[in-house]
This record gives sequence, structure tokens and C-alpha cells, in this order.
Amino acid sequence: MTSHHETLAAFDRALTGGPLPKGITALDPSEAEQRFNVYRNNMMVSLTEALNARYPVIRRLVGDAFFGAMARVFIEHHKPTSPVLQEWGKEFAIFLDRFSPLKEYPYLGDVARIEYARGVAFHAADAEPIAASTLTSANPETLRMGLHPSVQVLKLRYAAVSIWTRNQPGFETYPIGHSGEIALVLRDRIFDVPVAAISPAEAEMIEALRMGRPLASAAASGSLKDPMFNPQPLLVSLMQAGVLTEGSPKT
Amino acid sequence: MTALKNNIVLGASLACTLGAMAAIPAHAAEDGMEKCFGVALAGQNDCAAGPGTTCAGTSKVDYQGNAWKLVPAGTCVSMELPSDDMGKSRMGSLEALTRDIPA
Repeated sequence: MTSHHETLAAFDRALTGGPLPKGITALDPSEAEQRFNVYRNNMMVSLTEALNARYPVIRRLVGDAFFGAMARVFIEHHKPTSPVLQEWGKEFAIFLDRFSPLKEYPYLGDVARIEYARGVAFHAADAEPIAASTLTSANPETLRMGLHPSVQVLKLRYAAVSIWTRNQPGFETYPIGHSGEIALVLRDRIFDVPVAAISPAEAEMIEALRMGRPLASAAASGSLKDPMFNPQPLLVSLMQAGVLTEGSPKT
Repeated sequence: MTALKNNIVLGASLACTLGAMAAIPAHAAEDGMEKCFGVALAGQNDCAAGPGTTCAGTSKVDYQGNAWKLVPAGTCVSMELPSDDMGKSRMGSLEALTRDIPA
């Protein structure tokens, strides 16, 4: 008698080409293999569709046929570990970095990092934006703000933000940079998930705000990266997007 | 000396920045949308289906009272919804509702 655990493990192996689990049969036992193929196919098709939905720019860059074939390889090595499908597929970026047929296209992994972060941002928890009245009376030296849980900063080796942007409808002529970019990914008030390239100084300020540093100190840490740093444009657009929140009260 | 001067300049400009940030109308970026509670079909809410859930797409029943969807401003409370099983009429609301909460 096989234990439930052993049966599950055998079932799992069988899904990606292993032999049928012990005890699997059909009304006509000679059809067992054929019937089990329904499970194999369902898993492959549903996960391929999930990967398609999560990485539309990668698919556009490599083409449908290549993407489909590559998805099979990825799925065989990275079956979901959580029943929550939106948590699956994070390893796709590293997979792309290492997938030898793509070694001439080293930027794909960074594009995939952006696409995964957009999904995370879309499903992040809600947080109430900071009230304008809090700001009018605030002292920059002591004002501590929080960041919305959707806000992510990705330091990328390649110009993946401009590559991602160029692959959005209406941006087909967007210029592509030559060096690494820093991506800011967040979910705004109307549930759009825009992607923007930010400067190293801006990234520094966001990380300082995330650590709970007061506004003046966070802006100053940006100035250390760039003496000409002007924090206003980024702060205004973060405010517009509704991703600055009340900070946790600290002294 | 230069660092000190930088800090003073930064401090003055940050006060301006705070003013600029406070002047943004709270819902400017929402493009005339409003949060409407109790109108989303199961699994199609935008966010905030209640404590413990993460986000969008998590509501369990149609027209769940504490789940909302962004709709064009001004249309929420006039939206026509099917009556519930008891024949009681349902309306959208700008505040969370207690009807149609899954057990």
C-alpha cells in the first residue's frame, strides 16, 4: 500500500513525463496512459497561459512559438509550490538569465523582473494615502512618511525600463538607453501599474523613506548621490499616485 | 561648510515641495472614478475585500458589500443591480455595506 505522500510525489513526477503512479487504472486499463495525459496536458496548458499573462513583453520579444517551447522547459523545472497562481513564476527572470539559447539576449531577465514586479504591485495590500493637511503643517526635518506596499525599486543591469516601455502600445519608437536603469514600479490610485526609470539619487531617497527616515534626511541622502538632486518632481508624482502614506509614529 | 549650506537650501526647497504636494487635489489622478461598494461580481472586485485578504479579485460572492470596484464618478449609487434572493433591491454604495458578506 502506497502512502498518500508517495502517491502525490509519484503523481507529480508523472505530470512531467515520469511513469504512471502505481494504482492508476481506467475502465479499460490499456487506456490509463492516454487518460492520464489529460492531467499532463491540463497542467502544461494552464501554466503556459499563466506565464503568458504574466510576461506579455517577454512573449512579444521572443515570439509566440519560442515562448511556448520555452514555457514547457520552465514549467518542468519550476512547478508551483503555492496553490496561489499569482505567486508563481518569480524564478522566470533567473531562468531567462541562464537559458543558453537566449545568451545573446541578456536583458530579457531584467524585463521579466519588471513584469513580475508589476503583478506584485497590482496584488499588493491597500494603504491610505497621506492627507494633504498633514503636509501643510509638517516640518521636513521631522516628517516621516510611509510607502504604499506596492512600491518597488529594481536596480537593473540593462536598460530594461526603456525596453519594456517601447513594447507598450503607442510607444513603438521610444528610445532605448545604453546602460543599466532603475525601475520604479507602483500601483496608482486608479489601479494602473506604471513603470518609470528613476535616477540613483531618487532611488536612494525612496529607500530612505522606506526605512522611516524623516523627509529632510531622506532628501539629503539623495543629495549624497547627486549634489544637484531636486527631490520635488519625484515627491509630487509619488503624491499624485497616492503611494505616500502616513508614517508609523516614531520620535 | 558646503554641506551646511546645502542643507539650508534643501530645507527651504523642501518646504516648497510640501506645499506643492499638499496642493494636489486628493482625487486628481482618479480621472473621475469613484469606489463603489457592493456592485462587483465575485472575484472581480478591485481591492479591499476585507481584513486578511490581499487585494483585487478576492471577493467571494456577487455584489459583496465590503468589496468595491472603481466606476465612473456619479454612477455608483444610481447603478441598477439585480434584487437578492429574498426579492430585496440592492444598490451600490460609496461606503462599505453589511449585505452579501460571505460566511
